[in-house]
Amino acid sequence: MITFIVRRLFGAVLMLLVVSMVTFAVFFLVPRIAGQTTDQLATQYVGRNPNPTEVHAMEVKLGLDQPIYVQYGRFLKNIVAGEDFDTGTGIVHCPPPCFGYSFKNQQEVWPQMLSALPVTGSLALGAAVIWLISGVGIGVLSALRRGTVFDRAAMSVALAGVSLPIFFTALLSLAIFRDSIPLFPDAGNYISITVDPGKWAEALVLPWVTLAFLYAALYARLTRAGMLETMNEDFIRTARAKGLSERKVVVKHGLRATLTPIITIFGLDLGLLVGGAVLTESAFSLPGLGRFAVNAINNQDLPEILGVTMLAGFFVVAANLIVDVLYAVVDPRVRF
Amino acid sequence: MKRKNAVAFAAVCAGLSLLTACGSGSSGSSGGSSSSGGAPSYNAGNNSVVNPSTKAGGTLNYGLSGVPDSTDPGSTYYAYMWNFSRLYARPLLTFKSAPGTDGLKLIPGLATGMGKVSSDGLTWTYTIQSGLKFEDGSAITTKDVKYAIERSTNYSPGILPNGPTYFQQYLTDPTYPGAFKDTTPDKLGLKGVDTPNDTTIVFHLQHPFADFDYLVTSPQTAPVPQAKDTGTKYQEHPISSGPYMFSSYDPNKGFTLVKNPNWTQASDPNDKQLVNTINVAFNVQAADLDSRLLNGSMDIDLDGTGVQTAARARILGNKTLQTKADDAVSGFLWYAALNTQVAPLNNVDCRKAIEYAVNKTTQQTAYGGPIAGGDIGTTVMPPTVVGYQKADQYSFIAQPNGDVAKAKSELQKCGQPNGFSVNISARGDRPKEVSAAQGIQEALAGIGVKAQIQQYPSGSNFSTYAGVPNFVHQHDLGIIMGGWAADWPDGFGFLSQISDGRAIKAAGNSNLQEENNPQLNQLLDKATQSPDASARNKIYAQIDQILMSDAVILPEVYAKSLLYRNPNTTNVFVTEAYGMYDYTQIGKSQ
Repeated sequence: MITFIVRRLFGAVLMLLVVSMVTFAVFFLVPRIAGQTTDQLATQYVGRNPNPTEVHAMEVKLGLDQPIYVQYGRFLKNIVAGEDFDTGTGIVHCPPPCFGYSFKNQQEVWPQMLSALPVTGSLALGAAVIWLISGVGIGVLSALRRGTVFDRAAMSVALAGVSLPIFFTALLSLAIFRDSIPLFPDAGNYISITVDPGKWAEALVLPWVTLAFLYAALYARLTRAGMLETMNEDFIRTARAKGLSERKVVVKHGLRATLTPIITIFGLDLGLLVGGAVLTESAFSLPGLGRFAVNAINNQDLPEILGVTMLAGFFVVAANLIVDVLYAVVDPRVRF
Repeated sequence: MKRKNAVAFAAVCAGLSLLTACGSGSSGSSGGSSSSGGAPSYNAGNNSVVNPSTKAGGTLNYGLSGVPDSTDPGSTYYAYMWNFSRLYARPLLTFKSAPGTDGLKLIPGLATGMGKVSSDGLTWTYTIQSGLKFEDGSAITTKDVKYAIERSTNYSPGILPNGPTYFQQYLTDPTYPGAFKDTTPDKLGLKGVDTPNDTTIVFHLQHPFADFDYLVTSPQTAPVPQAKDTGTKYQEHPISSGPYMFSSYDPNKGFTLVKNPNWTQASDPNDKQLVNTINVAFNVQAADLDSRLLNGSMDIDLDGTGVQTAARARILGNKTLQTKADDAVSGFLWYAALNTQVAPLNNVDCRKAIEYAVNKTTQQTAYGGPIAGGDIGTTVMPPTVVGYQKADQYSFIAQPNGDVAKAKSELQKCGQPNGFSVNISARGDRPKEVSAAQGIQEALAGIGVKAQIQQYPSGSNFSTYAGVPNFVHQHDLGIIMGGWAADWPDGFGFLSQISDGRAIKAAGNSNLQEENNPQLNQLLDKATQSPDASARNKIYAQIDQILMSDAVILPEVYAKSLLYRNPNTTNVFVTEAYGMYDYTQIGKSQ
């Protein structure tokens, strides 16, 4: 088991390195190949009437005059060892993990991501709880009551859930439950759970439900399909023949086998979401990582884009790792 | 100053949902009472104070669809920030807080009166009130004002890049390296500004400049205590000299202002300190921001450029909502520049053909129609600019659909009876601008002129494409779509950057038509040297007329914004100086 985890950890680090290389290449190599000079990259940082001296000084300050591998090496080194940035008015120390310094809004990238992370975390975890419970629950019930009105109704709603885009359901939920019937007047107005748990929940209920609606639908369909298949397996018949209660048969034998693929996608989904629920955060104006990423892209703020991409990559890789470990717990057939 | 800079405006627009771009609105003349203390009605805020009240207390919630360029008074160019920053950064002079044209009048801020100019026009002297204090209780002196100018974008563009650079252009000692690189012991080495004592500040100019009083309305003249200057981080907590001060700041979420205990109403009769707290939320999705305004959980859209398409439809379709809205003139002109260096538009008659041919109604519709877009423009300066004189050389109003016959006869005169080919540049991420370009393309096809539309990203339009004359010539960009508003609301503030031939730059150019007419240059100089305002205004009208008869600018619309006032807000009115609500006055009734 330990060897397995160590091996996977090593793989995960390697994977993150590859992600960082690709991301770095996309933002620093591709523009050069496309003909953009480092001067042009630097120009956007020096005001409206840039003069060549200022542009060159900025180029040096950003390290754009260095070969690309040196820049990449420095980027990696900063994450591990930290870096001092000269803002022109003083030195800003960026302690590890230093994901760079944005000369656009004069902020270090990491603290900004840290400040956005609880928002996205709250959103993703809350929604995940809702969709996992409701999705799997509905899926199991549908499978057990196959062909009934409940099954058909649940699967129709699930189909709608998968088909409706977030920006539609989000706006609809806001229009109905905030603007017309003010059940959640402060929906989307994020307040930290440590400040006011009530307001925190009020701001997030609609985003949770909206986001969960999309995912729950998928999970319900997956669970239903898995359960239908599992419940026809021989071992279920054996379990029933042993005289186990139906509850035990369904939960302990049927559901457990069905859960393996569910856990796989759940880990990936959650990992992806924690890296930024872009559409939901944008629609509800939640200041999370997804919104941070969108703004960074709009502002062409390279250190921020790079940082948020790396962080999102980290979550996906970490989620994968956890899923692999969980396999063993859920599926007795998995051995290390 | 203000978002009146086209580049700054590009950023404003880019931050918005581009569905409505940055203009909107209908005439400010319909509805509304003209007395102060108007009842809430459609357009009441354009010419009266709506819900006048002295009630104190409460929280005012501002929302913004993006983030400001900076909250540092030395490094900001957006109109809304010049308006808003007065709450925590008082400039030497400011605009009177009053509805209608009164709002264009200059009044003292920190200063005790207008600037005193020397007989040669080269020295401007201001006296500031004594006994003024920063939020920490330390005294405000003219040294703090001088330091603020030294550290601003004027002299430190690589460090605080966002503001304008007029002081650097007009004051002596233009090569001063900026406060952060100043090697003099007190870091007050700028020779263009003297502070003989704690209440006097003297500006030394390279050339006479009659509009100097307008320049010192810039937040760059708001005092900054050197000891508390945190450089690039100063934006997180500018030390307040106004009625409010920062209590928190998050670069992605927003900031909060609370009352400044060291500010007194007696020293600042213009501003108000009514609400206890002012919250500004960043990155609120534009359409969601409108919904929050309409449901009352948000009070004001800080951006001041009007509601988006969906909310506009709701407001205009509902009489009750309409009484809470104002269609304000934003001060912007949307126009097409006709480049004088790209053949055959180097011939004035070919340019005139375009002036006549284009369908002005189509242009107005492209920008959003009479309410969201604005009125059809017939001059270069919009009506809210001091010096505007009504004129319509090409009968745009009488023939809003264009005059094909006259256009064809102009083509004859310019020796291109069968038309010619030309390229139009438009910012591809601005649907309205692209749509207006298509309108021009279609109209020109009617007189045999083949126009191709070239689209460029708005973020780099001026630094790399349409603002680079060499690029313009190489790519035959004869027609360049743009928008412009004054850096200060008089003719010079509007015209200088877009009409002065000497202002043509190799990159970041704003004189898109590349008009270098010695007569215009001389007139601009004459205006800056003329101490008499009415004489200056005559010159501005004359410049406008020459630009139109040279056919280098095709005005499209005088932009408007449909602004929504939350009924709980008090003392609300549109200040013509900024083309949006006056943020220094607003209180809350509950």
